Amino acid sequence: MNQPTDNATSISLVLAGSGGSGVITAGNMLLAAAAKAGWYGLMTRSAGPQIRGGEAAALLRLSSEPVSAQPDRYDLIIALDWMNFERFADEIPLDENTVIIGDASAAKKTPAFVTEGPARRGDIDFKNLSKAIPGGRPNMIALGTVGALIGLPEDALDAALSDALAKRGEDAITASRAGAQAGRSVAADMPATPKLPTPEGEKAGRWLISGNEAAGLGAIRGGVRFVAAYPITPATEILEWMSPALTKVGGVLVQAEDELASINMAIGGSYGGVPALTATSGPGLALMTEAIGLAVASEVPVVIVDVMRGGPSTGIPTKSEQSDLNMALYALPGDAPHIVVAPNSIRDCVFTTQWSVHLAEAMQTPAIVLSDQALGQAKSVIAAPADIAFIAQRETASTPAQGENYQRYAVTASGVSPMALPGTPGCAYTADGLEHNPRGTPSGGAKDHHIQLDKRQRKTDDFDYGQHWADQAGEGDTVVLTWGSCTGPVLEALENLAGTDDAARMISMRLLMPAPKDQLTKALEGAKRVIVVEQTHSGQFMGYLRANIDLPRDAEHYCIPGPLPMRPGDIVSLVKEGTPS
Amino acid sequence: MTAETAITPKHTPRDYKSDIKPVWCPGCGDYSVLGSITKAFSELNLDPENVAVISGIGCSSRIPAYTDCYGFHGVHGRSLPLAAGLKVARPDMTVLVASGDGDGFSIGGNHFMHACRRNVDLTYVVMDNRVYGMTKGQASPTTEPDWDNALTPGGSGISPFRPLVIALAAGANFIARGFSGDQNGTAKLLKEAIEHPGFSFVQILSPCVTFRPDQKEWKDDVHDATVDPTDDLGRAARRLMTDDGFNVGVLYRGEREAFQPPIGNASATVADLEGKFAL
Amino acid sequence: MSTLDINNIGEFLAHAHALEAEAASQYADLAEQMEVHNNTEVAELFHKLAEIEGKHITKIDDKAGDTPIPHIAPWEYKWEGGQSPEAVVDMEAHYMMTPHHALTMSLKAEERAADFFQRIADNTTDEQVRSLSTEMALEEREHIEWLHKWLEKYPKPEHDWDEDMDPPMLQE
Repeated sequence: MNQPTDNATSISLVLAGSGGSGVITAGNMLLAAAAKAGWYGLMTRSAGPQIRGGEAAALLRLSSEPVSAQPDRYDLIIALDWMNFERFADEIPLDENTVIIGDASAAKKTPAFVTEGPARRGDIDFKNLSKAIPGGRPNMIALGTVGALIGLPEDALDAALSDALAKRGEDAITASRAGAQAGRSVAADMPATPKLPTPEGEKAGRWLISGNEAAGLGAIRGGVRFVAAYPITPATEILEWMSPALTKVGGVLVQAEDELASINMAIGGSYGGVPALTATSGPGLALMTEAIGLAVASEVPVVIVDVMRGGPSTGIPTKSEQSDLNMALYALPGDAPHIVVAPNSIRDCVFTTQWSVHLAEAMQTPAIVLSDQALGQAKSVIAAPADIAFIAQRETASTPAQGENYQRYAVTASGVSPMALPGTPGCAYTADGLEHNPRGTPSGGAKDHHIQLDKRQRKTDDFDYGQHWADQAGEGDTVVLTWGSCTGPVLEALENLAGTDDAARMISMRLLMPAPKDQLTKALEGAKRVIVVEQTHSGQFMGYLRANIDLPRDAEHYCIPGPLPMRPGDIVSLVKEGTPS
Repeated sequence: MTAETAITPKHTPRDYKSDIKPVWCPGCGDYSVLGSITKAFSELNLDPENVAVISGIGCSSRIPAYTDCYGFHGVHGRSLPLAAGLKVARPDMTVLVASGDGDGFSIGGNHFMHACRRNVDLTYVVMDNRVYGMTKGQASPTTEPDWDNALTPGGSGISPFRPLVIALAAGANFIARGFSGDQNGTAKLLKEAIEHPGFSFVQILSPCVTFRPDQKEWKDDVHDATVDPTDDLGRAARRLMTDDGFNVGVLYRGEREAFQPPIGNASATVADLEGKFAL
Repeated sequence: MSTLDINNIGEFLAHAHALEAEAASQYADLAEQMEVHNNTEVAELFHKLAEIEGKHITKIDDKAGDTPIPHIAPWEYKWEGGQSPEAVVDMEAHYMMTPHHALTMSLKAEERAADFFQRIADNTTDEQVRSLSTEMALEEREHIEWLHKWLEKYPKPEHDWDEDMDPPMLQE
């Protein structure tokens, strides 16, 4: 029943199952195998609320080109069972070309949105096939079937299985390979899906990495050697990756009792001269805001990575949203100049986090990195990011000459004052969250307050951020203005529109605070149409833009909250028709 | 002639005092505690630049600026994590944390327990006057339940917090109580606390002459502990069961190893880390 | 009172020096406190007392000559109750205190100091210590006389001397 298939440029598929069926592991193996085959890929996951045994889905998009967004539709869904599968219905757009493969023994339990939907269907007897193999498992059968359907070379899958199961021993590898073989053997009976061509040539220079790992690596590249950690979804992987990594490069991670402690520990470590970081999500950032204000006032550099999730309050911990923007910009007490930057891809999590360390250290102020769940918890095959020479360079003070007194908050042209590190003779000072004079002595006087406010503001206002304030792409009179994880779908949409009458260009803002007003105004020159794209309910990014630049009165606004990802097709129809698909 | 053989310190206590004049009320016990701290530093022969005094918010938390050491006057209740971060990052520094009963036991209560558990080599000095002074006299966790005040008229009605009991239960490695009226005795306690590895907790009864003038009587209430310091948790716990809150001296000396993960010893390069992601 | 025996000139000089130095330092601190609290009259008085104690330190150091003064940890001195006898009880300080209060505080401290030196003189087996200690006790008693005279100028104030019409200030 196989139909002839085209050489596709990308294939999207879902592996779903429940009760410990191992679909996430299978998804990881498939992504690794795809990488070995020379493909690029992106994997996200979705799961029920259970800690163990819940329903789970690995959502993969594989391509011969780098993948920047989740797909508009899925080509293939393999469900090892149908338990609570309808939970994923919103996340998995289907059409008449989608192939859905279920477990033969559970055919009766197939949910309505599958049976009544347009997709083509097939069934595989996963349970019995796997029982026939000693140590066999249904998820390995599924892997084999998927591989055969999409054109994944057998040796790539076998190699990925060997890598993943190396610790479990030869028997496990043999069983898995046998399972995959059994899955391959039944693939021909299934409705056909598109096949991806296997690329020729060089595959070196690619990484398989998650956004959270990338952020951790960027921080270490930038010079972070002290991390204080309190676990929170979806930021925990940054901390867990950094813990052993820091040990290897001579740094240290300390687990704190809460976010109030983690941010204060980070500030303490940085005060001691060691570039420091903490990572959290919205609820944790809320707890940290008082201490971030302290870092502003006391001029101690520190980096806070906020991997945003759906809010308010506990919200939707495992899903993405951009709704911490206002908090990152405005939550600190008083007039508190600090840095807010946002990575716009998994790959960019490396650069932006590294850059944030550089900015925080150079300006002696806190930097908040606004990543999100869609970047952080997604895993991707990417081109290895270049090693940019942005590293922590803090201006420090040395012992003053006889008769001269050290002033920690000396008023300088740049606003940055040399910072004495504890242990430096003749420079002892008290860092203070109370307003102070140049020496650091608490002062409630108008003059001291105004001078120090100006000095702190000057640090971030006058800094040269270079071209990194935004990424720009495409050409056209229409500008799509966006930030963060919305950038991927926008980029893919604009690539699809390139060369047509609807061609448009993109500005993806990496630097959010201080607002790059001049740069943005200049970049928008000549735009006949501006479309602002963000993932919030209230339009936080739009409000921010309106507050900072003279945005055209008729600027359009596409603003949807999480938890569903933004899809390239939405942006295409937005540009073409003025409304999302 | 007990201690004539002691080495003459490089720095006098006054060398550790800055020229910034305290805002405390005359008569406040905290002046004397500042004296005890500087005497202890002098006797320990510490160079001022190798000492950091870390605090939160409150009357007692003003201490860092009054010393000529490195200091950090942070936010309310968070002095312990701030100090722990510094000490872990800079194990070469001697770090003393100054706090009060509101800062340390109320808003900072959770950090107190976890600092005891974590056992970073810090000395935690809490000047306890059973009242919030900077906000004009409200009940703190150690205030008597029937102490009348504007915020809780007729008294808070809440049983006082027992800092030494909490410290012992949470795992502090050194526990003592001093009295600001005994500046030299308290200096001795602080010297021992700083020398003791791990987390050392010293509660110092330090009267507030403005909001709790009744506390001037404390000089008649305090008395030396009648039992010797112990390294036995059970004995220390039993002693605390009969504690009237005015026993001064060392209660407990533990033998737990201080928390200090290694820092500065690289065994790999950043490129090695990146290699793990390469295909 | 417990017996107080100091039978070594070095140890005696260390005690005498520390006693005066603590007093000088404490008066200087109190003067500063009064300045911060805008009580200039008492601030000046404490400055004067600090200056006088400073002169005593010089005097003791002169007497010591080449005799080495050993270092003694603050808590190892043979003070009754752990604190230097000439230290004033700083808990008695008050921002609205009058010269009468300051002089009374000082008087008590001088009396304790005189008593301290006298007891050393009475108990010691060392002639040099006895001679110096007797001299110091005499000197402290001269101060006491002088403070009494000074106090005559400042009779005890009315009972409401510490009345402040304003409430304390909120700071943090």
